Amino acid sequence: MAIDNNMVKQVAFLARLKIEDSKLESTKEEFNKILNWVEQLSEVDTSNVEPLVSVHEGFVKARADEVTDGHIKDEILKNAPMQEFGYFAVPKVVE
Amino acid sequence: MTYTIKTAQNEWEIVCGLEIHCQIISKSKIFSGASTAFGDDANENVSFIDAGMPGMLPVLNKECVHQAVKTGLGLNAQINKYSVFSRKNYFYADQPNGYQITQYEYPIVGKGCVKIDLPDGKSKNIGITRIHIEQDAAKSIHDLNPKKSYIDFNRAGVGLMEIVTEPDFRSPDEAGAFLKKLRSIVRYLGTCDGNMDEGSMRCDASVSVRLKGEQGMRERAEIKNVNSVKFAMQAIENEAKRQIEIYEQGGTIEQQTRQFDQSTGQTKFLRLKEYADDYRYFPEPDLPPLLLDDEYIENIKKEMVELPDAKKERFIKQFGLTPYDAEILTESKETADFFEQAATGHDGKKVANWILGDFFANLNANKLSLDQSPVTPQMIGELVDLISRGVISGKIAKDVFVMMWKTRQSPSKIVEEKGLKQVTDTSAIEKIVDEVLASNPDNLKAYLDGKTNLFGWFVGQTMKASKGAANPSLVNELLKKKLG
Repeated sequence: MAIDNNMVKQVAFLARLKIEDSKLESTKEEFNKILNWVEQLSEVDTSNVEPLVSVHEGFVKARADEVTDGHIKDEILKNAPMQEFGYFAVPKVVE
Repeated sequence: MTYTIKTAQNEWEIVCGLEIHCQIISKSKIFSGASTAFGDDANENVSFIDAGMPGMLPVLNKECVHQAVKTGLGLNAQINKYSVFSRKNYFYADQPNGYQITQYEYPIVGKGCVKIDLPDGKSKNIGITRIHIEQDAAKSIHDLNPKKSYIDFNRAGVGLMEIVTEPDFRSPDEAGAFLKKLRSIVRYLGTCDGNMDEGSMRCDASVSVRLKGEQGMRERAEIKNVNSVKFAMQAIENEAKRQIEIYEQGGTIEQQTRQFDQSTGQTKFLRLKEYADDYRYFPEPDLPPLLLDDEYIENIKKEMVELPDAKKERFIKQFGLTPYDAEILTESKETADFFEQAATGHDGKKVANWILGDFFANLNANKLSLDQSPVTPQMIGELVDLISRGVISGKIAKDVFVMMWKTRQSPSKIVEEKGLKQVTDTSAIEKIVDEVLASNPDNLKAYLDGKTNLFGWFVGQTMKASKGAANPSLVNELLKKKLG
Protein backbone atom coordinates (compact mmCIF):
# COMPACT_ATOMS: atom_id res chain seq x y z
CA MET A 1 0.00 0.00 0.00
CA ALA A 2 1.51 3.27 -1.09
CA ILE A 3 0.85 6.45 0.81
CA ASP A 4 0.54 9.80 -0.94
CA ASN A 5 0.92 13.31 0.44
CA ASN A 6 -2.84 13.68 1.00
CA MET A 7 -2.92 10.55 3.10
CA VAL A 8 -0.01 11.88 5.16
CA LYS A 9 -1.98 15.08 5.78
CA GLN A 10 -5.09 13.14 6.70
CA VAL A 11 -3.30 10.85 9.16
CA ALA A 12 -1.47 13.83 10.65
CA PHE A 13 -4.77 15.62 11.14
CA LEU A 14 -6.39 12.63 12.83
CA ALA A 15 -3.39 12.23 15.14
CA ARG A 16 -3.22 16.00 15.74
CA LEU A 17 0.38 16.11 14.50
CA LYS A 18 1.67 19.22 12.83
CA ILE A 19 3.65 18.38 9.71
CA GLU A 20 5.11 21.30 7.77
CA ASP A 21 4.56 21.21 4.02
CA SER A 22 8.32 21.08 3.55
CA LYS A 23 8.37 17.83 5.55
CA LEU A 24 5.52 16.18 3.64
CA GLU A 25 7.67 14.48 1.05
CA SER A 26 10.18 13.04 3.51
CA THR A 27 7.43 11.93 5.90
CA LYS A 28 5.69 10.17 3.04
CA GLU A 29 8.87 8.29 2.21
CA GLU A 30 9.43 7.23 5.80
CA PHE A 31 5.83 6.12 6.01
CA ASN A 32 6.17 3.99 2.89
CA LYS A 33 9.42 2.47 4.08
CA ILE A 34 7.77 1.31 7.30
CA LEU A 35 4.74 0.01 5.45
CA ASN A 36 6.89 -1.88 2.95
CA TRP A 37 8.80 -3.48 5.77
CA VAL A 38 5.57 -4.59 7.46
CA GLU A 39 4.23 -5.72 4.08
CA GLN A 40 6.67 -8.66 4.22
CA LEU A 41 4.20 -10.27 6.59
CA SER A 42 1.70 -10.64 3.79
CA GLU A 43 4.02 -13.10 2.08
CA VAL A 44 2.76 -15.67 4.58
CA ASP A 45 -0.57 -17.26 3.69
CA THR A 46 -2.87 -16.65 6.70
CA SER A 47 -6.18 -17.23 4.94
CA ASN A 48 -7.06 -20.10 7.31
CA VAL A 49 -5.76 -18.50 10.48
CA GLU A 50 -7.93 -16.61 12.98
CA PRO A 51 -6.27 -13.34 14.01
CA LEU A 52 -4.44 -13.63 17.32
CA VAL A 53 -5.51 -10.64 19.35
CA SER A 54 -3.44 -11.39 22.38
CA VAL A 55 -0.88 -13.91 23.55
CA HIS A 56 -2.61 -14.10 26.93
CA GLU A 57 -4.42 -17.34 27.48
CA GLY A 58 -7.29 -18.04 29.83
CA PHE A 59 -9.54 -15.71 31.71
CA VAL A 60 -9.14 -12.01 32.19
CA LYS A 61 -7.94 -10.88 35.55
CA ALA A 62 -10.89 -8.84 36.63
CA ARG A 63 -11.48 -6.90 39.82
CA ALA A 64 -14.35 -7.06 42.28
CA ASP A 65 -16.84 -4.21 42.09
CA GLU A 66 -15.59 -2.03 44.92
CA VAL A 67 -14.92 1.68 45.20
CA THR A 68 -11.21 1.94 45.92
CA ASP A 69 -10.24 5.15 44.16
CA GLY A 70 -11.27 8.76 43.58
CA HIS A 71 -11.57 11.83 45.83
CA ILE A 72 -8.22 13.09 44.64
CA LYS A 73 -9.65 16.10 42.88
CA ASP A 74 -6.67 18.39 43.61
CA GLU A 75 -4.22 15.92 42.18
CA ILE A 76 -6.42 15.26 39.16
CA LEU A 77 -6.66 18.96 38.38
CA LYS A 78 -3.05 19.78 39.30
CA ASN A 79 -1.62 19.66 35.79
CA ALA A 80 -4.61 21.18 34.03
CA PRO A 81 -3.58 24.20 31.96
CA MET A 82 -6.87 25.81 32.93
CA GLN A 83 -9.39 24.99 35.67
CA GLU A 84 -12.38 26.79 37.10
CA PHE A 85 -14.90 25.85 39.82
CA GLY A 86 -13.39 22.39 40.11
CA TYR A 87 -13.84 21.69 36.40
CA PHE A 88 -11.26 21.36 33.69
CA ALA A 89 -11.76 24.41 31.50
CA VAL A 90 -11.11 24.15 27.77
CA PRO A 91 -11.70 26.45 24.83
CA LYS A 92 -15.36 26.26 23.92
CA VAL A 93 -16.16 22.99 22.17
CA VAL A 94 -19.61 23.10 20.69
CA GLU A 95 -19.96 21.29 17.43
CA MET B 1 -52.17 -1.23 9.82
CA THR B 2 -48.87 -0.10 8.40
CA TYR B 3 -47.63 3.37 9.14
CA THR B 4 -46.79 5.49 6.11
CA ILE B 5 -46.37 9.17 5.42
CA LYS B 6 -48.55 10.26 2.51
CA THR B 7 -47.76 13.30 0.42
CA ALA B 8 -49.54 14.69 -2.63
CA GLN B 9 -47.41 12.51 -4.91
CA ASN B 10 -46.28 9.52 -2.87
CA GLU B 11 -46.59 7.17 0.03
CA TRP B 12 -43.40 6.85 2.09
CA GLU B 13 -42.20 4.32 4.62
CA ILE B 14 -39.80 4.88 7.54
CA VAL B 15 -36.79 2.63 8.09
CA CYS B 16 -35.29 3.13 11.52
CA GLY B 17 -32.82 1.42 13.83
CA LEU B 18 -31.83 2.42 17.35
CA GLU B 19 -28.62 2.46 19.36
CA ILE B 20 -29.19 2.75 23.06
CA HIS B 21 -26.45 3.52 25.55
CA CYS B 22 -27.33 2.14 28.96
CA GLN B 23 -25.21 3.00 31.98
CA ILE B 24 -24.42 -0.23 33.78
CA ILE B 25 -25.46 -0.38 37.43
CA SER B 26 -22.23 -1.04 39.35
CA LYS B 27 -20.59 0.59 42.34
CA SER B 28 -17.31 1.36 40.60
CA LYS B 29 -16.32 2.23 37.04
CA ILE B 30 -15.65 -0.33 34.33
CA PHE B 31 -11.85 0.07 34.31
CA SER B 32 -11.10 1.93 37.56
CA GLY B 33 -12.03 1.83 41.24
CA ALA B 34 -13.66 5.28 41.27
CA SER B 35 -17.32 5.55 42.25
CA THR B 36 -20.11 5.75 39.66
CA ALA B 37 -22.30 7.96 41.92
CA PHE B 38 -24.37 10.54 40.05
CA GLY B 39 -24.61 14.15 41.18
CA ASP B 40 -21.44 14.45 43.30
CA ASP B 41 -19.15 17.50 43.10
CA ALA B 42 -17.27 17.79 39.81
CA ASN B 43 -14.21 15.58 39.41
CA GLU B 44 -14.60 13.92 42.83
CA ASN B 45 -15.11 10.42 41.47
CA VAL B 46 -12.09 10.36 39.21
CA SER B 47 -9.02 8.15 39.32
CA PHE B 48 -5.81 8.71 37.39
CA ILE B 49 -7.04 6.03 34.98
CA ASP B 50 -10.23 7.98 34.21
CA ALA B 51 -8.22 11.17 33.77
CA GLY B 52 -6.03 9.48 31.16
CA MET B 53 -2.78 9.98 33.07
CA PRO B 54 0.27 8.41 31.40
CA GLY B 55 1.14 4.89 32.47
CA MET B 56 -2.19 4.07 34.06
CA LEU B 57 -3.64 0.69 33.13
CA PRO B 58 -7.30 -0.32 32.99
CA VAL B 59 -8.47 -3.31 35.06
CA LEU B 60 -11.84 -4.76 34.12
CA ASN B 61 -14.69 -4.69 36.66
CA LYS B 62 -16.28 -8.17 36.92
CA GLU B 63 -19.69 -6.76 37.72
CA CYS B 64 -19.90 -4.87 34.41
CA VAL B 65 -19.33 -8.11 32.49
CA HIS B 66 -21.91 -9.87 34.63
CA GLN B 67 -24.49 -7.12 34.04
CA ALA B 68 -23.93 -7.14 30.27
CA VAL B 69 -24.36 -10.93 30.08
CA LYS B 70 -27.51 -10.71 32.20
CA THR B 71 -28.89 -8.03 29.89
CA GLY B 72 -28.03 -10.14 26.87
CA LEU B 73 -29.94 -13.09 28.33
CA GLY B 74 -32.87 -10.77 29.07
CA LEU B 75 -32.94 -9.76 25.39
CA ASN B 76 -32.91 -13.42 24.30
CA ALA B 77 -29.48 -12.91 22.80
CA GLN B 78 -26.44 -15.02 22.00
CA ILE B 79 -23.68 -14.61 24.62
CA ASN B 80 -20.23 -14.62 23.04
CA LYS B 81 -17.72 -16.58 25.05
CA TYR B 82 -14.95 -14.72 23.25
CA SER B 83 -15.02 -10.95 23.00
CA VAL B 84 -12.35 -8.32 22.49
CA PHE B 85 -11.86 -4.75 23.66
CA SER B 86 -10.88 -2.22 21.01
CA ARG B 87 -9.66 1.34 20.94
CA LYS B 88 -11.85 3.83 19.17
CA ASN B 89 -9.62 6.80 18.47
CA TYR B 90 -10.93 10.34 18.48
CA PHE B 91 -9.93 13.69 19.87
CA TYR B 92 -12.38 15.46 22.07
CA ALA B 93 -12.18 17.19 25.42
CA ASP B 94 -14.42 14.58 27.05
CA GLN B 95 -11.93 11.78 26.38
CA PRO B 96 -8.42 12.52 27.73
CA ASN B 97 -6.85 9.33 26.38
CA GLY B 98 -7.68 10.31 22.84
CA TYR B 99 -9.53 7.00 22.59
CA GLN B 100 -12.46 5.20 24.09
CA ILE B 101 -12.13 1.57 25.15
CA THR B 102 -15.05 -0.25 23.54
CA GLN B 103 -15.70 -3.47 21.65
CA TYR B 104 -15.79 -3.63 17.88
CA GLU B 105 -15.54 -6.82 15.82
CA TYR B 106 -16.12 -9.12 18.77
CA PRO B 107 -18.85 -7.81 21.08
CA ILE B 108 -19.82 -9.64 24.28
CA VAL B 109 -23.44 -10.16 23.15
CA GLY B 110 -24.63 -11.08 19.67
CA LYS B 111 -28.02 -11.40 18.02
CA GLY B 112 -31.19 -11.30 20.08
CA CYS B 113 -34.84 -10.45 19.90
CA VAL B 114 -37.35 -8.31 21.81
CA LYS B 115 -41.12 -8.51 21.47
CA ILE B 116 -42.95 -5.20 21.48
CA ASP B 117 -46.67 -4.63 21.97
CA LEU B 118 -48.26 -1.96 19.82
CA PRO B 119 -51.16 0.36 20.58
CA ASP B 120 -53.40 -1.52 18.10
CA GLY B 121 -52.99 -4.73 20.14
CA LYS B 122 -50.58 -6.39 17.70
CA SER B 123 -47.06 -7.37 18.59
CA LYS B 124 -43.84 -7.40 16.61
CA ASN B 125 -40.35 -8.83 17.08
CA ILE B 126 -37.44 -6.39 16.95
CA GLY B 127 -34.01 -7.83 16.18
CA ILE B 128 -31.09 -7.01 18.45
CA THR B 129 -27.86 -6.84 16.43
CA ARG B 130 -25.42 -6.80 19.32
CA ILE B 131 -24.53 -5.40 22.73
CA HIS B 132 -21.01 -4.27 23.46
CA ILE B 133 -19.52 -2.84 26.64
CA GLU B 134 -17.46 0.33 26.78
CA GLN B 135 -16.54 3.33 28.93
CA ASP B 136 -18.61 6.48 29.14
CA ALA B 137 -17.06 9.87 28.31
CA ALA B 138 -16.81 12.89 30.60
CA LYS B 139 -19.62 15.42 30.80
CA SER B 140 -19.08 18.75 29.06
CA ILE B 141 -20.87 21.84 30.29
CA HIS B 142 -21.15 24.53 27.65
CA ASP B 143 -23.50 27.07 29.19
CA LEU B 144 -21.55 28.41 32.18
CA ASN B 145 -19.05 30.51 30.28
CA PRO B 146 -19.35 32.09 26.82
CA LYS B 147 -15.76 31.26 25.84
CA LYS B 148 -15.03 28.04 27.69
CA SER B 149 -16.41 24.57 28.14
CA TYR B 150 -16.13 22.92 31.55
CA ILE B 151 -15.39 19.23 31.85
CA ASP B 152 -16.43 16.95 34.70
CA PHE B 153 -14.83 13.50 34.61
CA ASN B 154 -17.13 11.89 37.18
CA ARG B 155 -18.98 10.16 34.35
CA ALA B 156 -15.78 9.26 32.45
CA GLY B 157 -15.21 5.54 32.73
CA VAL B 158 -18.65 4.56 33.96
CA GLY B 159 -19.56 1.27 32.28
CA LEU B 160 -21.95 1.43 29.33
CA MET B 161 -23.80 -1.20 27.36
CA GLU B 162 -24.46 -0.11 23.81
CA ILE B 163 -27.48 -1.98 22.54
CA VAL B 164 -27.83 -1.91 18.75
CA THR B 165 -31.04 -2.95 16.99
CA GLU B 166 -31.69 -4.04 13.45
CA PRO B 167 -33.37 -1.39 11.24
CA ASP B 168 -36.72 -3.03 12.08
CA PHE B 169 -38.77 0.00 13.09
CA ARG B 170 -41.38 1.19 10.59
CA SER B 171 -43.07 3.81 12.74
CA PRO B 172 -42.36 6.17 15.65
CA ASP B 173 -44.81 4.10 17.74
CA GLU B 174 -42.74 0.96 17.26
CA ALA B 175 -39.58 2.77 18.36
CA GLY B 176 -41.41 4.19 21.39
CA ALA B 177 -42.79 0.78 22.35
CA PHE B 178 -39.31 -0.72 22.07
CA LEU B 179 -37.69 1.93 24.25
CA LYS B 180 -40.34 1.40 26.91
CA LYS B 181 -39.95 -2.37 26.75
CA LEU B 182 -36.16 -2.17 26.89
CA ARG B 183 -36.32 0.22 29.84
CA SER B 184 -38.69 -2.10 31.61
CA ILE B 185 -36.45 -5.13 30.97
CA VAL B 186 -33.22 -3.51 32.21
CA ARG B 187 -35.05 -2.25 35.29
CA TYR B 188 -36.43 -5.73 36.02
CA LEU B 189 -32.92 -7.11 35.63
CA GLY B 190 -31.35 -4.35 37.71
CA THR B 191 -28.65 -3.79 35.08
CA CYS B 192 -29.47 -0.13 34.25
CA ASP B 193 -31.79 2.31 36.02
CA GLY B 194 -33.29 3.37 32.68
CA ASN B 195 -33.59 7.04 33.62
CA MET B 196 -33.49 8.79 30.26
CA ASP B 197 -33.84 12.26 31.77
CA GLU B 198 -30.72 11.75 33.89
CA GLY B 199 -28.86 10.41 30.88
CA SER B 200 -28.34 6.91 32.23
CA MET B 201 -30.19 5.63 29.15
CA ARG B 202 -29.51 7.55 25.92
CA CYS B 203 -30.87 6.87 22.49
CA ASP B 204 -29.52 7.50 18.97
CA ALA B 205 -31.85 6.85 16.05
CA SER B 206 -30.81 6.06 12.47
CA VAL B 207 -33.55 7.18 10.13
CA SER B 208 -34.07 6.81 6.40
CA VAL B 209 -37.16 6.74 4.22
CA ARG B 210 -38.19 4.89 1.07
CA LEU B 211 -41.22 4.72 -1.14
CA LYS B 212 -43.75 2.13 -0.09
CA GLY B 213 -42.81 -1.13 -1.79
CA GLU B 214 -39.28 0.03 -2.61
CA GLN B 215 -36.52 -2.52 -1.93
CA GLY B 216 -33.19 -1.74 -0.25
CA MET B 217 -32.37 1.24 1.90
CA ARG B 218 -31.51 4.84 1.20
CA GLU B 219 -28.89 7.01 2.93
CA ARG B 220 -29.64 7.55 6.58
CA ALA B 221 -29.23 10.28 9.14
CA GLU B 222 -28.24 9.48 12.69
CA ILE B 223 -29.92 11.56 15.38
CA LYS B 224 -27.84 11.79 18.55
CA ASN B 225 -28.75 11.70 22.22
CA VAL B 226 -32.49 11.92 22.34
CA ASN B 227 -33.37 11.88 26.03
CA SER B 228 -36.97 10.73 26.31
CA VAL B 229 -39.28 8.22 24.65
CA LYS B 230 -41.52 11.03 23.48
CA PHE B 231 -38.61 12.98 21.97
CA ALA B 232 -37.32 9.87 20.20
CA MET B 233 -40.70 9.36 18.53
CA GLN B 234 -40.92 13.03 17.61
CA ALA B 235 -37.34 13.08 16.26
CA ILE B 236 -37.96 10.03 14.05
CA GLU B 237 -41.18 11.41 12.62
CA ASN B 238 -39.85 14.88 11.92
CA GLU B 239 -36.57 13.62 10.47
CA ALA B 240 -38.49 11.32 8.11
CA LYS B 241 -40.68 14.22 6.99
CA ARG B 242 -37.61 16.39 6.43
CA GLN B 243 -36.00 13.74 4.22
CA ILE B 244 -39.21 13.20 2.26
CA GLU B 245 -39.47 16.91 1.56
CA ILE B 246 -35.90 16.96 0.24
CA TYR B 247 -36.47 13.91 -1.99
CA GLU B 248 -39.71 15.33 -3.37
CA GLN B 249 -37.96 18.57 -4.25
CA GLY B 250 -35.46 16.51 -6.24
CA GLY B 251 -32.70 16.60 -3.64
CA THR B 252 -30.56 13.85 -2.10
CA ILE B 253 -29.66 12.89 1.46
CA GLU B 254 -26.05 12.54 2.50
CA GLN B 255 -25.16 10.25 5.38
CA GLN B 256 -24.86 12.57 8.34
CA THR B 257 -25.16 13.08 12.07
CA ARG B 258 -27.93 15.30 13.37
CA GLN B 259 -29.04 16.64 16.71
CA PHE B 260 -32.55 16.79 18.13
CA ASP B 261 -33.72 20.23 19.22
CA GLN B 262 -36.18 19.86 22.10
CA SER B 263 -37.59 23.34 21.69
CA THR B 264 -38.65 22.90 18.06
CA GLY B 265 -39.01 19.13 17.85
CA GLN B 266 -36.86 19.27 14.71
CA THR B 267 -33.44 17.81 13.99
CA LYS B 268 -30.51 19.97 12.98
CA PHE B 269 -27.32 19.25 11.10
CA LEU B 270 -24.25 18.37 13.16
CA ARG B 271 -21.66 16.86 10.82
CA LEU B 272 -21.17 14.71 7.77
CA LYS B 273 -20.41 11.10 8.57
CA GLU B 274 -17.37 10.44 6.38
CA TYR B 275 -15.46 13.37 7.82
CA ALA B 276 -15.70 12.66 11.52
CA ASP B 277 -15.90 8.89 11.79
CA ASP B 278 -12.40 7.75 10.99
CA TYR B 279 -11.94 5.98 14.30
CA ARG B 280 -9.01 3.70 13.38
CA TYR B 281 -10.14 0.91 15.67
CA PHE B 282 -7.55 -1.58 16.83
CA PRO B 283 -7.48 -4.26 19.55
CA GLU B 284 -6.86 -2.73 22.98
CA PRO B 285 -3.27 -3.64 23.94
CA ASP B 286 -3.87 -3.02 27.67
CA LEU B 287 -6.63 -5.63 27.98
CA PRO B 288 -6.58 -9.26 26.91
CA PRO B 289 -9.59 -10.79 25.14
CA LEU B 290 -12.53 -11.51 27.42
CA LEU B 291 -13.22 -15.22 27.76
CA LEU B 292 -16.34 -16.64 29.38
CA ASP B 293 -17.29 -20.28 29.87
CA ASP B 294 -20.58 -22.17 29.88
CA GLU B 295 -20.63 -22.51 33.63
CA TYR B 296 -20.36 -18.74 34.06
CA ILE B 297 -23.25 -18.15 31.66
CA GLU B 298 -25.36 -20.92 33.22
CA ASN B 299 -24.91 -19.39 36.66
CA ILE B 300 -26.18 -16.05 35.42
CA LYS B 301 -29.15 -17.81 33.81
CA LYS B 302 -30.07 -19.08 37.25
CA GLU B 303 -30.29 -15.49 38.50
CA MET B 304 -32.77 -14.45 35.84
CA VAL B 305 -36.02 -13.01 37.15
CA GLU B 306 -39.43 -13.31 35.52
CA LEU B 307 -39.41 -10.61 32.81
CA PRO B 308 -42.35 -8.38 31.82
CA ASP B 309 -43.59 -10.55 28.91
CA ALA B 310 -43.71 -13.72 30.98
CA LYS B 311 -45.26 -11.93 33.93
CA LYS B 312 -47.90 -10.37 31.74
CA GLU B 313 -48.89 -13.76 30.31
CA ARG B 314 -49.05 -15.25 33.78
CA PHE B 315 -51.20 -12.39 35.14
CA ILE B 316 -53.65 -12.86 32.29
CA LYS B 317 -53.92 -16.60 32.97
CA GLN B 318 -53.71 -16.60 36.76
CA PHE B 319 -55.84 -13.55 37.57
CA GLY B 320 -58.03 -13.24 34.47
CA LEU B 321 -56.70 -9.75 33.62
CA THR B 322 -57.20 -8.13 30.24
CA PRO B 323 -53.97 -7.87 28.18
CA TYR B 324 -54.17 -4.09 28.50
CA ASP B 325 -54.39 -4.11 32.30
CA ALA B 326 -51.69 -6.78 32.53
CA GLU B 327 -49.42 -4.65 30.34
CA ILE B 328 -49.71 -1.60 32.59
CA LEU B 329 -49.35 -3.60 35.78
CA THR B 330 -46.18 -5.33 34.58
CA GLU B 331 -44.40 -2.32 33.12
CA SER B 332 -42.46 -1.90 36.34
CA LYS B 333 -41.48 -4.73 38.64
CA GLU B 334 -42.51 -2.72 41.70
CA THR B 335 -46.06 -2.26 40.40
CA ALA B 336 -46.28 -5.91 39.38
CA ASP B 337 -45.13 -7.05 42.83
CA PHE B 338 -47.58 -4.68 44.51
CA PHE B 339 -50.44 -6.03 42.41
CA GLU B 340 -49.48 -9.62 43.00
CA GLN B 341 -49.34 -9.16 46.77
CA ALA B 342 -52.75 -7.48 46.70
CA ALA B 343 -54.33 -10.00 44.35
CA THR B 344 -53.11 -13.25 45.86
CA GLY B 345 -56.03 -14.90 47.59
CA HIS B 346 -58.50 -12.28 46.38
CA ASP B 347 -60.39 -11.42 43.21
CA GLY B 348 -57.46 -10.42 40.98
CA LYS B 349 -59.49 -8.66 38.34
CA LYS B 350 -61.22 -6.44 40.91
CA VAL B 351 -57.91 -5.78 42.65
CA ALA B 352 -56.51 -4.66 39.29
CA ASN B 353 -59.43 -2.28 38.83
CA TRP B 354 -58.82 -0.69 42.21
CA ILE B 355 -55.09 -0.34 41.63
CA LEU B 356 -55.46 1.08 38.13
CA GLY B 357 -58.35 3.31 39.24
CA ASP B 358 -58.56 4.95 42.66
CA PHE B 359 -55.14 3.83 43.81
CA PHE B 360 -53.09 5.22 40.87
CA ALA B 361 -55.27 8.32 40.77
CA ASN B 362 -54.43 9.05 44.42
CA LEU B 363 -50.73 8.30 43.93
CA ASN B 364 -50.58 10.67 40.98
CA ALA B 365 -52.62 13.38 42.63
CA ASN B 366 -50.30 13.32 45.65
CA LYS B 367 -47.17 12.87 43.50
CA LEU B 368 -46.16 9.81 45.48
CA SER B 369 -44.13 6.85 44.33
CA LEU B 370 -45.35 3.35 44.99
CA ASP B 371 -43.16 2.80 48.05
CA GLN B 372 -44.50 6.00 49.65
CA SER B 373 -48.10 4.87 49.39
CA PRO B 374 -50.06 4.93 52.66
CA VAL B 375 -52.21 2.09 51.32
CA THR B 376 -50.63 -1.36 51.36
CA PRO B 377 -51.36 -4.24 48.96
CA GLN B 378 -52.99 -6.13 51.82
CA MET B 379 -55.49 -3.30 52.42
CA ILE B 380 -56.58 -3.37 48.78
CA GLY B 381 -57.03 -7.14 48.83
CA GLU B 382 -59.08 -6.85 52.02
CA LEU B 383 -61.20 -4.04 50.62
CA VAL B 384 -62.06 -6.12 47.55
CA ASP B 385 -63.01 -8.99 49.84
CA LEU B 386 -65.34 -6.80 51.88
CA ILE B 387 -67.19 -5.89 48.70
CA SER B 388 -67.29 -9.46 47.38
CA ARG B 389 -68.67 -10.74 50.68
CA GLY B 390 -71.35 -8.08 50.63
CA VAL B 391 -70.11 -6.45 53.84
CA ILE B 392 -69.97 -3.04 52.13
CA SER B 393 -71.27 -1.77 48.82
CA GLY B 394 -68.98 -0.59 46.03
CA LYS B 395 -70.06 2.94 46.75
CA ILE B 396 -69.15 2.79 50.44
CA ALA B 397 -65.87 1.13 49.44
CA LYS B 398 -64.89 4.35 47.69
CA ASP B 399 -65.31 6.23 50.98
CA VAL B 400 -63.45 3.52 52.86
CA PHE B 401 -60.60 3.85 50.36
CA VAL B 402 -60.34 7.58 51.04
CA MET B 403 -60.21 6.90 54.79
CA MET B 404 -57.64 4.17 54.28
CA TRP B 405 -55.48 6.65 52.42
CA LYS B 406 -55.79 9.23 55.19
CA THR B 407 -55.50 7.01 58.26
CA ARG B 408 -53.47 4.02 57.01
CA GLN B 409 -55.97 1.82 58.84
CA SER B 410 -57.18 -1.51 57.53
CA PRO B 411 -60.53 -1.40 55.72
CA SER B 412 -62.15 -3.88 58.15
CA LYS B 413 -61.23 -1.68 61.06
CA ILE B 414 -62.59 1.44 59.32
CA VAL B 415 -65.83 -0.33 58.43
CA GLU B 416 -66.18 -1.58 61.98
CA GLU B 417 -65.40 1.72 63.70
CA LYS B 418 -67.48 3.92 61.44
CA GLY B 419 -70.38 1.51 61.36
CA LEU B 420 -70.31 1.27 57.59
CA LYS B 421 -71.43 -2.31 57.42
CA GLN B 422 -74.05 -2.82 54.79
CA VAL B 423 -77.49 -3.48 56.28
CA THR B 424 -78.61 -6.77 54.81
CA ASP B 425 -81.26 -7.38 57.42
CA THR B 426 -84.52 -7.26 55.44
CA SER B 427 -86.66 -6.12 58.31
CA ALA B 428 -84.34 -3.20 59.09
CA ILE B 429 -84.41 -2.03 55.49
CA GLU B 430 -88.14 -2.58 55.27
CA LYS B 431 -88.56 -0.25 58.20
CA ILE B 432 -86.60 2.49 56.41
CA VAL B 433 -88.57 1.92 53.22
CA ASP B 434 -91.83 2.27 55.09
CA GLU B 435 -90.64 5.51 56.66
CA VAL B 436 -89.63 6.94 53.32
CA LEU B 437 -92.98 6.05 51.77
CA ALA B 438 -94.88 7.44 54.76
CA SER B 439 -93.07 10.77 54.78
CA ASN B 440 -93.52 11.37 51.03
CA PRO B 441 -97.24 10.88 50.39
CA ASP B 442 -97.30 13.23 47.36
CA ASN B 443 -94.64 11.37 45.45
CA LEU B 444 -96.14 8.06 46.46
CA LYS B 445 -99.47 9.13 45.01
CA ALA B 446 -97.82 10.38 41.84
CA TYR B 447 -96.04 7.08 41.44
CA LEU B 448 -99.15 5.05 41.95
CA ASP B 449 -100.90 7.29 39.38
CA GLY B 450 -98.41 6.14 36.81
CA LYS B 451 -95.34 8.36 37.22
CA THR B 452 -93.15 5.24 37.47
CA ASN B 453 -89.88 7.01 36.83
CA LEU B 454 -90.07 8.12 40.47
CA PHE B 455 -88.87 4.63 41.39
CA GLY B 456 -85.22 5.69 41.26
CA TRP B 457 -86.00 8.64 43.47
CA PHE B 458 -87.41 6.32 46.15
CA VAL B 459 -84.30 4.14 45.95
CA GLY B 460 -82.18 7.24 46.42
CA GLN B 461 -84.20 8.44 49.41
CA THR B 462 -83.98 5.04 51.06
CA MET B 463 -80.22 4.82 50.53
CA LYS B 464 -79.88 8.33 51.92
CA ALA B 465 -82.01 7.52 54.94
CA SER B 466 -79.80 4.49 55.62
CA LYS B 467 -76.70 6.69 55.26
CA GLY B 468 -75.62 4.56 52.31
CA ALA B 469 -75.45 1.41 54.41
CA ALA B 470 -78.47 -0.42 53.00
CA ASN B 471 -77.76 -3.13 50.50
CA PRO B 472 -78.92 -1.53 47.20
CA SER B 473 -80.32 -4.70 45.65
CA LEU B 474 -82.39 -5.42 48.75
CA VAL B 475 -83.70 -1.85 48.67
CA ASN B 476 -84.73 -2.32 45.06
CA GLU B 477 -86.39 -5.61 45.78
CA LEU B 478 -88.37 -4.29 48.75
CA LEU B 479 -89.48 -1.14 46.95
CA LYS B 480 -90.70 -3.16 43.99
CA LYS B 481 -92.75 -5.29 46.33
CA LYS B 482 -94.23 -2.33 48.21
CA LEU B 483 -94.96 -0.17 45.19
CA GLY B 484 -96.50 -3.11 43.38
